[in-house]
Amino acid sequence: MELFTNQVLAGIATGAIYACMALAVVMIYQAIDHLNFAQGEMAMFSTFISWQLMQWGVPYWGAFVITLALSFVGGIAIERILFKPLAKAPILTNVAGFIALFAIINSSAGLIWDFTIKQYPTPFGSSPFLGSQLISTHQAGMIGVTLLLLIGLFFFFQYTRIGLAMRAAASLPESARLVGINTSWMIALGWGMAAAIGSIAGMLIAPVVFLEPNMMGGVLIYGFAAAVLGGLSSPFGAVVGGFLVGIFENLAGTYIPGVGNELKLPIALALIISVLVVKPAGLFGRHIVKRV
Amino acid sequence: MTMLLNVKDLRAYYGQVQALHGLSFSLNEGSLTTLLGANGAGKTTTLRAICNMVRSTGAIEFDGKPLGTRSTENIVRFGIAHVPQGRGTFTNMTVEENLQLGAITRKDNGGIVSDIERMYAHFPVLKQRHTQQAGTLSGGEQQMLAVARALMLRPRLMLLDEPSFGLAPLVVRDLFKILGKINREDKVTILVVEQNAQLALELADQAYVIETGRIVMSGNAKDIANNEEIRKSYLGY
Repeated sequence: MELFTNQVLAGIATGAIYACMALAVVMIYQAIDHLNFAQGEMAMFSTFISWQLMQWGVPYWGAFVITLALSFVGGIAIERILFKPLAKAPILTNVAGFIALFAIINSSAGLIWDFTIKQYPTPFGSSPFLGSQLISTHQAGMIGVTLLLLIGLFFFFQYTRIGLAMRAAASLPESARLVGINTSWMIALGWGMAAAIGSIAGMLIAPVVFLEPNMMGGVLIYGFAAAVLGGLSSPFGAVVGGFLVGIFENLAGTYIPGVGNELKLPIALALIISVLVVKPAGLFGRHIVKRV
Repeated sequence: MTMLLNVKDLRAYYGQVQALHGLSFSLNEGSLTTLLGANGAGKTTTLRAICNMVRSTGAIEFDGKPLGTRSTENIVRFGIAHVPQGRGTFTNMTVEENLQLGAITRKDNGGIVSDIERMYAHFPVLKQRHTQQAGTLSGGEQQMLAVARALMLRPRLMLLDEPSFGLAPLVVRDLFKILGKINREDKVTILVVEQNAQLALELADQAYVIETGRIVMSGNAKDIANNEEIRKSYLGY
């Protein structure tokens, strides 16, 4: 039983990271109808920036906040420079754009910081949380920071005018423009926020997976699995999906014989395919009906 | 009387297809004008061209200022509220959020709050349903909401695209009564596109008839309604 509780709690902790990644993916998907394959690489690059800042002597939380701000601006810049011109381009052009972005960020990180694995600090420490062996303080910190982020985002989208405008722009762009919303900037803002959310995920998971240019590959696939499970049209679903995938991943690794650590990733992929076959809209998504 | 909107030689295109062929018309401040015509005559296109939602050439002046190539969202900021065909309701948001969105360009929070109350007074059914998802409203209620949302801008000009579409005759009568009231009491200039010519002519004081992208008739709404020849050849009733 203790093993079970332990695995579930650890699953919630990594699930928090998947939830962040899924949320970032969904935010961009809502805005431009494309999956950002480079979301993980953007998060990785942000994490390297925070690491560099700490190398230069900036304290952890200072580096954290500066990285958030830089990621936000970086996300907006990527949208303005690369994806705004592609807004009316066919889907494959966009996919090529995302793959290019992936490759550019990945190799730039390798070029600047090389491909060796680096230690990444945690401000929470890694002792047992509240004296319990079930979960470490860092894992508790991951859950705590994510919950704070989610609550903050909820209030932003539910109770601020700009949050309302962003929701309107994502759900009905034409109507949004007719009430005077600059939908193009709302998309850019969505990119900025997605980049910032991703950077939080990167900085929180880096002490676990270690810092290197390919650190987010697996994490992003779980993020996609979470987003698909929860429904790509539902930010709330993405978050729930993140936690579910985290728990599922751990339990499958522990209890299904032969899965272990090596086969965890295929499980995420199997999950994506099963959801797409059985319930394509995900747990909380809307069916999208297109008039032809 | 001052001219609020002046459209000169408007031509609009969907890809290679030309939908408007040099349309000219004007609206006096405070007037209630209707634009009539059959399906495909270019009524919707005219409204869309005013808000720069379709590629067009020609000159559009609002209150003496050329709208030029301004984007849709900037044109709205002049005080031009457009209720599109199909109402454009944000169906997955609440009624109240829809109203707030109508005022999203305004900064006067107190004014917005009191205007929402004013809308509830105009349309009591919206007050009853203010926390409900707008998509759960009936067609008539959604049209009320669309008008209320447009009014939240405190517009000087309101463009309505077939507000009667899909509504029961009684509901349409109600709606048109409210439009007349808004025009008289709030001094909002209204341009309403309609297929229901009979009703629109009762409501409006000016009318334009449009056919295949050209204005073919214009004048006092009463005169057009009373002219049997025009009615038969263009309005079909």
